Amino acid sequence: MRQVKQKYVSKTASQLKPSGIRKFFDLASQMDNVISLGVGEPDFVTPWNVCEAGYASLESGYTAYTANAGLMELREEISSYLSEQFSLSYSAQSEIVLTVGASQAIDLAFRAIIDPGDEVIIVEPGFVAYAPAVTLAGGVPVSLETSAEDEFKVTRDRLKKVITKRTKAILFCFPSNPTGATMSEEELKDITDLIEKHDLLVLSDEIYAELTYDQTHYSISRIEGMRERTILISGFSKAFAMTGWRLGYVTGPEEIIGAILKIHQYTMMCAPTIAQHGALEALRSGRADLDRMKRSYRQRRNYLVKAFNQMGLSCHMPGGAFYAFPSIQSTGMTSDEFAEKLLQEERVAVVPGHVFGAGGEGYIRCSYATSIESLQEAVKRIEQFVERHAEKA
Amino acid sequence: MNEKEVEILEILEENARVPMEVLADMVDVTVEEVERMVKSLEEQNIILSYSSVINWDKAAGKDGVAAMIDVKVTPKREVGFDEVAERIYRFPEVKAVYLMSGAFDLSVQIEGKTMREVAFFVSNKLSTLDSVLSTTTHFLLKKYKHDGIIFEPEQKDKRIVVSP
Repeated sequence: MRQVKQKYVSKTASQLKPSGIRKFFDLASQMDNVISLGVGEPDFVTPWNVCEAGYASLESGYTAYTANAGLMELREEISSYLSEQFSLSYSAQSEIVLTVGASQAIDLAFRAIIDPGDEVIIVEPGFVAYAPAVTLAGGVPVSLETSAEDEFKVTRDRLKKVITKRTKAILFCFPSNPTGATMSEEELKDITDLIEKHDLLVLSDEIYAELTYDQTHYSISRIEGMRERTILISGFSKAFAMTGWRLGYVTGPEEIIGAILKIHQYTMMCAPTIAQHGALEALRSGRADLDRMKRSYRQRRNYLVKAFNQMGLSCHMPGGAFYAFPSIQSTGMTSDEFAEKLLQEERVAVVPGHVFGAGGEGYIRCSYATSIESLQEAVKRIEQFVERHAEKA
Repeated sequence: MNEKEVEILEILEENARVPMEVLADMVDVTVEEVERMVKSLEEQNIILSYSSVINWDKAAGKDGVAAMIDVKVTPKREVGFDEVAERIYRFPEVKAVYLMSGAFDLSVQIEGKTMREVAFFVSNKLSTLDSVLSTTTHFLLKKYKHDGIIFEPEQKDKRIVVSP
């Protein structure tokens, strides 16, 4: 019976590998007393004034669809926000579409630009959904591996090696999930002539743009010649602690956004109305909450990264997002072994680096979006674990 | 006061139990430096005390009543409200005294074992002070939030254990 049903599943869907994160979720959720450093979302609840705006929108009867691209008022607010915060200029009328999380924005962007067989360069270690999203759109994901020596940034040499005649686009996410790496204006400028020379599109996932700690985020779209070939993806999940609201947006040149909007209107119709009202409030009055959360992430980052280095798990200082990506190579274990044993022996959940693609093996992703007390306890347990296994080795 | 000191105060205000070693890493200074800064903040009376917020409703064996009293007073020449405020805040049952704008002058929070004890304090000690013109006592029925802390039964992390 199972086989009969299986035959109806498309080749594309059946060949998709399940996310490696799933395995650890299943394992960890069966256990008690687990300290989780495995979560890719803020530990803060959505700022109260944003929740209030959500309630108020329901009370006011805003329970119907919005325009396909989203509430004009919100698009205008996003347009001003991008301009004030990141010096970017996008038209609310024709260059911004509200989506169901940044995840849908990524899916839409790939579907709008990929023809069968087009190659898309994915910077790895990277978010687990990127490569499958390319495959689902009929494209071929090509991995661009980054390494700790380059602080997990894209370098010119590495990019040059993976560009082929079939390359259509490159996707990256800075600040990065899972490495926390950021790229400065100069570092981005170092690769843009290659992008122009090969006539590539850029999908820049800037969902963590607000969460940078040592320097302000700089969008590749600001560089001369890049605006017309950049699709910028962002959303409210990370900065405003609104993951469950599922609200993202995509901005870019009118022609591409027009194509994205067509797919969006046939598949999703529009992003949730209540979430759009919440987002409007977040942009208008959420700055203080955002700064408060960011300050707290920075303090925890400082603590956790130092602790990893002290216990011999070498860890570069992540410039953004809320992940530390320490190397576990000194333990002689694979990242899967390390994460599984750590979970079973010490009840600490981390995500093995290999699930984030090339270059991730030998590392673990640890989210510091959790209380300082939990981090202290996690550090104590990881330290015990590392010492115990070092003695055996 | 420098940025680091402000940061230290913010962290300690939220959680006074953070060990010095952790605090030092969080603000990216050495343990010696952070100890020196905290000591200096204590000496300057900027850090006054390290307190706990207790939900006494959940702690068996300690019952009591609390009240907030609006007090109208006659300010005195040169010392204004300060002298009468000091007369009031010296009483051990007084937990807080604030000078207010509006319909009354001082807001006094007191705690006692019984309602009778609170009533006795108001009628015999507070109201009889020379400068006190009138008092209005409001008994506190339930604490929902105090010093920024919400008194909920349990505030669990509602996130799933591992997510992308």
